[in-house]
Amino acid sequence: MTDGDARLEPATRVSKNRRERVGDILLAVVLLPTALIMLMPFIWMLSTSLKSVGAVFEFPPTFIPNPVHWDNYRRLFEVLPFARFFLNSLIVATAVTGLHITSSALAAYAFARMHFPGRDALFLGYLATLMIPAQVVIIPNFILLRYLGWIDTYQALILPAAFNAFGTFLLRQYFLTIPYELEDAAVVDGANHFQIFLRVILPLSGPALSALAIFTFLFNWNSFLYPLIVTSSTEMSTLTVGLNTLQGQYNTAWTLLMAGSVIALLPVLVVFIFAQRYFIKGITMTGLGGR
Amino acid sequence: MTTYKTATSRDVRARGRRLSKVRTLLTAYGFLLPNLLGFLIFTFLPVLAALLISFTNWDLLQAAEWVGFANYRRLATDPLFHTVLWNTVVYVLGTVPVQMAISLLVAMALSRRLPGLLFFRTVYFMPVVASTVAVALVWRWIFHADFGLLNSFLYLIGVDNPPMWLSSTRWALSAIIIMSIWQQIGFSMVLFLAGLQAVPSHLYEAAKIDGANGWHRFRFITVPMLSSTTFFVLVISIINSFQVFEQAFVMTQGGPANATNTLVFNIYRYAFQFFQMGYAAAMAWVLFAIIFAITLVQFRMQRQWVTYD
Repeated sequence: MTDGDARLEPATRVSKNRRERVGDILLAVVLLPTALIMLMPFIWMLSTSLKSVGAVFEFPPTFIPNPVHWDNYRRLFEVLPFARFFLNSLIVATAVTGLHITSSALAAYAFARMHFPGRDALFLGYLATLMIPAQVVIIPNFILLRYLGWIDTYQALILPAAFNAFGTFLLRQYFLTIPYELEDAAVVDGANHFQIFLRVILPLSGPALSALAIFTFLFNWNSFLYPLIVTSSTEMSTLTVGLNTLQGQYNTAWTLLMAGSVIALLPVLVVFIFAQRYFIKGITMTGLGGR
Repeated sequence: MTTYKTATSRDVRARGRRLSKVRTLLTAYGFLLPNLLGFLIFTFLPVLAALLISFTNWDLLQAAEWVGFANYRRLATDPLFHTVLWNTVVYVLGTVPVQMAISLLVAMALSRRLPGLLFFRTVYFMPVVASTVAVALVWRWIFHADFGLLNSFLYLIGVDNPPMWLSSTRWALSAIIIMSIWQQIGFSMVLFLAGLQAVPSHLYEAAKIDGANGWHRFRFITVPMLSSTTFFVLVISIINSFQVFEQAFVMTQGGPANATNTLVFNIYRYAFQFFQMGYAAAMAWVLFAIIFAITLVQFRMQRQWVTYD
């Protein structure tokens, strides 16, 4: 996963030519065409979002919009409150991530580094829910939120999403690998558990915490089924639900639909391009991210 | 040195325990409380509740009525549920093997440290981080029967009657499979890349000296050395694929004529459009049973084909 290694490894002199030829063939036959196919939907999305309504139906299709219709984006923000959707997604994803990380780290510390009655039974309870698909839990949660009168509120969007066994499980596994010797000095100095947690365990858990944070945020930013169910008004919609509303109202207004998709994708793609290594590390560490 | 230090740590810990067991218990539950409370309310109890609900008829307007196994018996004879189950299985079988084969190929190509590695990896991985709703919208547009990019391309290369894709009962599920393969390649690729980097290069060098050709090196080094990664990718991909929902929701609403109605889409419709909570919960438990059974079988079978060195 180290990007700079290509420079470090000089091609074996003996077979340099053959290796290069194989590399060229791979590049030409496998990588370039597939990379183009992989990119095509994004290019097509951007291209359509900048076309005039008439240009969308041209044959053969063109990729460069001429003239460029930026006003599709202006119209998008006029027909539906996309700024509000954006804000809602940001609030929900940030709050869920903060709550999930903080509460999971605390619980994981107790499970990994403390001895107390009932620990193993409780942890088994956490483990048992890991394999159960979200669709099982969503029905009772919907009923509970309705009963509480929380439908269409931020707490409904945030709280149930913030509490599941995953973060606790992942961080517990990570905390277990931190050697006890490292907290000796703190213990001798009379540090209590909270100080050990804060000053020894957390600073050593950067990679696990950042992987969990990235994927919790990403998952909740992109989440659809859950916010679809617990919101009913346009004002409380997240970006994904707002996109669905847009599709419901302008089913074939492709320029608008693609502008909306660009708005939903852009922040995630920009963050991804700059923080790529953390995503990749996170996946190999947690197995998260595939849907 | 190390032993001595551990002993100190254990001693201090043990003395602490003897002195105030109660305090430790309180501290531990203090750490647990925020998470435990949320976990109990929003995950653990809902799981139990879902089980109870699946034995009732409940439309949320009237009181729930206990019906025993009636919902599960209804599933056994419900032709729509069988269609949905079949669609989901076809989707999984269509998506997972192709997606894994392509991603392995790409990972092997990228592991040769070609120029532009970072660019390629970014491109292949982009669909994984993208919102499924947003990319499903653009794929709906690409698959448009008359003006879509795909059919325009097919016309240009001389296909006179390209498929109607999302509006055809015959092709709609294939369209969703194609889109999903595109979306999942990057995820498996990253895992395969990590697996490939863990294969010691001296194995390949030794094989080369022994005169093994490229295919033999792939078959007798890469495949066995990558088997635990492959196993992991396979299990995760199957579990994820069984839960396909957004594609069906955004691109087709399960249509035409239920051709793309999947398990989770059907659960959504019964629970949140028809308000048959009990029946929907029973379906959700069948989904769990399927995922659980497949995972169990795979773990059993891994002994036969996964090698750990």
